[in-house]
Amino acid sequence: MFNSLSDRLAATFKNLKGKGRLSEADIDATAREIRRALLDADVAVPVVREFIGHIKERALGEEVSQALNPGQQVVKIVNEELVAILGGETRRLNLAKNPPTVIMLVGLQGAGKTTLAGKLSKHLKEQGHTPMLVAADLQRPNAVKQLQVNGERAGVPVYAPHPGVSSEFEDPTGDPVQVARNGVAEAKAKYNDIVIVDTAGRLGMDAELMQQAANIRAAVQPDEVLFVLDAMIGQDAVATAQAFNEGVGFTGVVLSKLDGDARGGAALSVRSVTGKPVMFASTGENLADFEVFHPDRMASRILDM
Amino acid sequence: LSTDNITDDVWDEVEETLLLADLGTEPTMELVDNLRERVTVEGSRDSQQVKAMLHEELVKMVDPSMDRRLDASRKDGRPAVMMVVGVNGVGKTTTVGKIGRVLVAEDRHVVFGAADTFRAAAAEQLATWGARVGVDTVRSHEDGADPASVAFEAVKTGIDQEADVVIVDTAGRLQNKANLMDELGKIKRVIEKQAAVDEVLLVLDATTGQNGLAQAKVFAEVVNITGIALTKLDGTAKGGIVVAIQRELGVPVKLVGLGEGPDDLAPFNAEGFVDALLD
Ligand SMILES: Nc1nc2c(ncn2[C@@H]2O[C@H](COP(=O)(O)OP(=O)(O)OP(=O)(O)O)[C@@H](O)[C@H]2O)c(=O)[nH]1
Ligand SMILES: Nc1nc2c(ncn2[C@@H]2O[C@H](COP(=O)(O)OP(=O)(O)OP(=O)(O)O)[C@@H](O)[C@H]2O)c(=O)[nH]1
Ligand SMILES: [K+]
Ligand SMILES: [Mg+2]
Ligand SMILES: [Mg+2]
Repeated sequence: MFNSLSDRLAATFKNLKGKGRLSEADIDATAREIRRALLDADVAVPVVREFIGHIKERALGEEVSQALNPGQQVVKIVNEELVAILGGETRRLNLAKNPPTVIMLVGLQGAGKTTLAGKLSKHLKEQGHTPMLVAADLQRPNAVKQLQVNGERAGVPVYAPHPGVSSEFEDPTGDPVQVARNGVAEAKAKYNDIVIVDTAGRLGMDAELMQQAANIRAAVQPDEVLFVLDAMIGQDAVATAQAFNEGVGFTGVVLSKLDGDARGGAALSVRSVTGKPVMFASTGENLADFEVFHPDRMASRILDM
Repeated sequence: LSTDNITDDVWDEVEETLLLADLGTEPTMELVDNLRERVTVEGSRDSQQVKAMLHEELVKMVDPSMDRRLDASRKDGRPAVMMVVGVNGVGKTTTVGKIGRVLVAEDRHVVFGAADTFRAAAAEQLATWGARVGVDTVRSHEDGADPASVAFEAVKTGIDQEADVVIVDTAGRLQNKANLMDELGKIKRVIEKQAAVDEVLLVLDATTGQNGLAQAKVFAEVVNITGIALTKLDGTAKGGIVVAIQRELGVPVKLVGLGEGPDDLAPFNAEGFVDALLD
């Protein structure tokens, strides 16, 4: 019927004259529509609750009751608040004073880490850096080969002392922590100024693998730990982001597969729950499909505008 | 009898449980409305009763009566042909490997086809799974080879070897990419020059939110999916979006993925799914 939030709110406000204070009932009806829109966009339930509380307060204020078009005014407020949350403290990559800068990638299985490693290395190389990739996922079948191919495509060296699981080596050999540590040493020796460590996908609740990630972090002392999150994720975003933040600790978020048509409410959830900035967007399968994150575009996308 | 004992808090909790499981706003509201009506009619008095009803209604929605068997037996003197499709990174290749394991354990002769010629090391990954579970993989050694040709070759190999099943793994693709969806349709049509495709499994990641429904709709349109494999249920995600998918498309969830190992695959069970969802 009414597709966009703006349309639905316009309908909600249809009978309002735009004069005087909005009634409690008007505000409730408005809040319901906004809530629905955010939930449909996969913003996490607790995050929606908090957000709505805040919006209600603002909507009760003068700016809405005196607006010519209260519906549009509310949408404007919602949009502003979204941009404020998503955009708070955007920043660039932290580079080490004494190279190499170490960037570690973590996330759920299939989120897009290995692809991002290739993208990030290409991007940094184009900026004049000399990145090196480190293959510390020895677990997923042919993850090492996948990283090597990406490195080749990006024209960037790959440190891969162990083949990981492949048809010749069915059981993982080698220790990811050791590989990561040696990879940084290798980069130092070869004067690569940035090291990007690809790690295996893991679940938030997998205590053993989470500990492994923490051990890798401790071994390489990264300047950035980037949490790669699939933009299609639903309500699980909160539990997963919290588990990674507590289990290994991350410094920034990369939202992947934004070339899809998922609304991507997880961006809001992760930002609200962990306070960590979304730094980059991954927008395709090719290594060039990578950009800086735009909070305003994300806000419009979540609201389907 | 009245519903006075069922406070708004109870209803809020029910609603929140469903929303948190990715059931979606529409099915959630519908379920809550149905429950409220039942509570009025049946005069339930406590939250325990409401929760029992919720379980019942959800199981009804998930529909235990659907046929969830995998079509994997030879017919008309040819192997059964299965295609595995879905968006990027959901677990297609892994699921092909696991299904191979199950079928080999049932003494069936299986052939894998590596029709993902796009992603880095995708064919190698499938071949590793093949080696792991004792299945030969038909693949191209050329990067970017025509995926439909590889699929055709795999099915031809299966026919020549009088195999029981050919399982064709395809590249991940987002449903809003028209050219990639066209390519998928073409893979299927090229296979059908030799044999009907008996099973098209859509792999869906349990962490997926509301976009899952859009995925299922478009894949169903393009290649007529016959079943869903719900992966990564070993995590904290509940996979509630499949409820809406089953209802809208009538396509049953047939399998669930419960880990990264070869044995981490199970038939879908409606009761178990609902138990976990409400847990
Ligand atoms: N469309 C699209 N696909 C992507 C994007 N990023 C990654 N992919 C695809 O998603 C799938 C998974 O990506 P990977 O880089 O292997 O993910 P991963 O996190 O390394 O996976 P694991 O190592 O198995 O945990 C692949 O098919 C990639 O090509 C993106 O931004 N858009
Ligand atoms: N925990 C868990 N991980 C899984 C499951 N199924 C697959 N994975 C992991 O998810 C990641 C992606 O799996 P793939 O089988 O490569 O996914 P795909 O759909 O073939 O990916 P693309 O071909 O790149 O689109 C790998 O790290 C798998 O080990 C599952 O049921 N549980
Ligand atoms: K689960
Ligand atoms: Mg990887
Ligand atoms: Mg695959």
